Amino acid sequence: MAYGSFVLMRDLTFEVRRGAVFVVMGGSGSGKSTLLRHLIGLNEPAAGEIFYGEDSFTRAAPEARERMLRRFGVLYQSGALFSSLTLAENVGLPLGEYTGLSPAEIREVAALKLALVGLRGFEDYYPSQISGGMQKRAGLARAIALDPDILFFDEPSAGLDPVSSRRLDDLILELRQSLGATVVVVTHELASIFAIGDDSVFLDAESRMIIASGPPRELLAHSGDPRVRAFLTRGEERPQVDSNG
Amino acid sequence: MTGSGDLSVARVDDALCVRLAGVWSLERGLPSSAVVERALEGAGSVRRVVFDAAGLARWDSSLVTFVAQVEEGCVRRGLGVERGGLPPGLQRLLALAEAVPEKHDARLHEARVSIPARVGGAALAAWGETVGWLAFLGEATRAFGRLMIGRARYRRVDLVIELQDAGARALPIVTLISFLVGMIMAFVGAVQLQQFGASIYVANMVAIAMAREMGAMMTAIIMAGRTGSAYAAQLGTMNVSQEIDALTTMGIPAMDFLVLPRMVALSLMLPLLAVYADFVGMVGGAVVATGMLDVGLVQYWQQTKAALTITDFATGVGKSAVFGILVAVAGCLQGMRSGRSAAAVGGSATAAVVSAIVLIVVADGLFAVVFNVLGI
Repeated sequence: MAYGSFVLMRDLTFEVRRGAVFVVMGGSGSGKSTLLRHLIGLNEPAAGEIFYGEDSFTRAAPEARERMLRRFGVLYQSGALFSSLTLAENVGLPLGEYTGLSPAEIREVAALKLALVGLRGFEDYYPSQISGGMQKRAGLARAIALDPDILFFDEPSAGLDPVSSRRLDDLILELRQSLGATVVVVTHELASIFAIGDDSVFLDAESRMIIASGPPRELLAHSGDPRVRAFLTRGEERPQVDSNG
Repeated sequence: MTGSGDLSVARVDDALCVRLAGVWSLERGLPSSAVVERALEGAGSVRRVVFDAAGLARWDSSLVTFVAQVEEGCVRRGLGVERGGLPPGLQRLLALAEAVPEKHDARLHEARVSIPARVGGAALAAWGETVGWLAFLGEATRAFGRLMIGRARYRRVDLVIELQDAGARALPIVTLISFLVGMIMAFVGAVQLQQFGASIYVANMVAIAMAREMGAMMTAIIMAGRTGSAYAAQLGTMNVSQEIDALTTMGIPAMDFLVLPRMVALSLMLPLLAVYADFVGMVGGAVVATGMLDVGLVQYWQQTKAALTITDFATGVGKSAVFGILVAVAGCLQGMRSGRSAAAVGGSATAAVVSAIVLIVVADGLFAVVFNVLGI
């Protein structure tokens, strides 16, 4: 994983189990979001390959890749709603592209998806007219428009108050249950990590590699790495390097 | 010597004692550590530096900075520093500032780049720019091809909105500018032509200049400033808010969805606006001619009709079609390649206008040469 000649991360190898909630965690600037951009094909890896099931995503032909993209749902950090479209049009856009539904049917499905994330009645609002938390939920409604197999979340709780953030976590778990989707979450929010994470990797900015992996609770209980411990305990459990504490 | 708090230096055994007193405030200026430095140089046998802050009334960051400077000087000379005499709060601030050691690769080294390296860098950047343009043109052409065979993914509504914005909404400003341009040309021509008693030829001058050059050129420049920059800013902002990423992961090419409607709209509307500008410019000329010179309206109209050929119009319209593509490409390209910050979006809007105007003028020059050779 590199920007030009600057290598951001090397030797990243991990596996996400089908149906699991997989957390990518790490400090600021450790490359979590960049890793996500690679997973969804916005950046190309400098070396190596990404597989979804049996199929290589990295080496897929454009058409095959597009088919794979259709099975993804992505919730971006800022929601990334199309500012010139209403919420219903935002959610309906992928439906219009990839299904043969009539405009009236699309609107109905879009309204249902919005209702799922608690935005019933907001179909005709523009993204600029609603709050940040609502934009995020609308973004989630768009991400699940095509009933994806894999859902990607980039910092879902960034900019949300604790209660909304908790609700979004519950929503993620519920959608995983009902859609049977695999979920990949990039976050550094401890509460979310422990609440929803089945499995995880920990990226370290300094050594530029994965320094721990496994279920977050197990890492908290058993990891011997001071960097991982410091992260998972908010640095309250002081590592021994600090001499004058 | 400083406008800030009081400072004196005294020798105590093998130590240099820095006495701090009075009010140390940033508003009164940052004191220099030169006094201490001089004292250290004068006294050869000093082993350490201590502080005495007994007379200190009030202090802020100016004192912290001063102490940090003194300490730096001491470290250079290999002298010890004792902070015991300083206020406890200040000691904590100094400890906090030192808590994280400086990363050696953290500082930016930009200033010292040799001339060959700079030339090389500029050449590589220019090459990268060229490749960017070519790649964008290639992608735009492919998107246009998809549009032709009806496989482009865009919303008709978007195209209609863009057509309206680049067409009807631009009429007021185009009217104003081309009317004035027509008037100005008529004024300039009138003064010269009156000397020969050939005032009526103002009509010829205005008609031909508008149809061949000014109509196309002025509308293109107006649209570069009005619409080209708007395209760059819109697409740049969509880049910032990850809307373009979202489209890409939905499998919808941003080229089709965002760029195509804008390019098609501007390339279709600019020739129409140019024809409109031609006529408005001639009206402007007529106003001056009938008002200032002894030329009747009907006479002016007859003269204009006689002066213009269909070729004059065709060259102007043909040019404006090319200008439309250039303005649209410059705007969309800069927008799509914009960075992810407010400053980058502003920069790309500026770059869109500047590159569009440069391209328009250069292309117009090329047209002049080509038309001249062809004898059109």
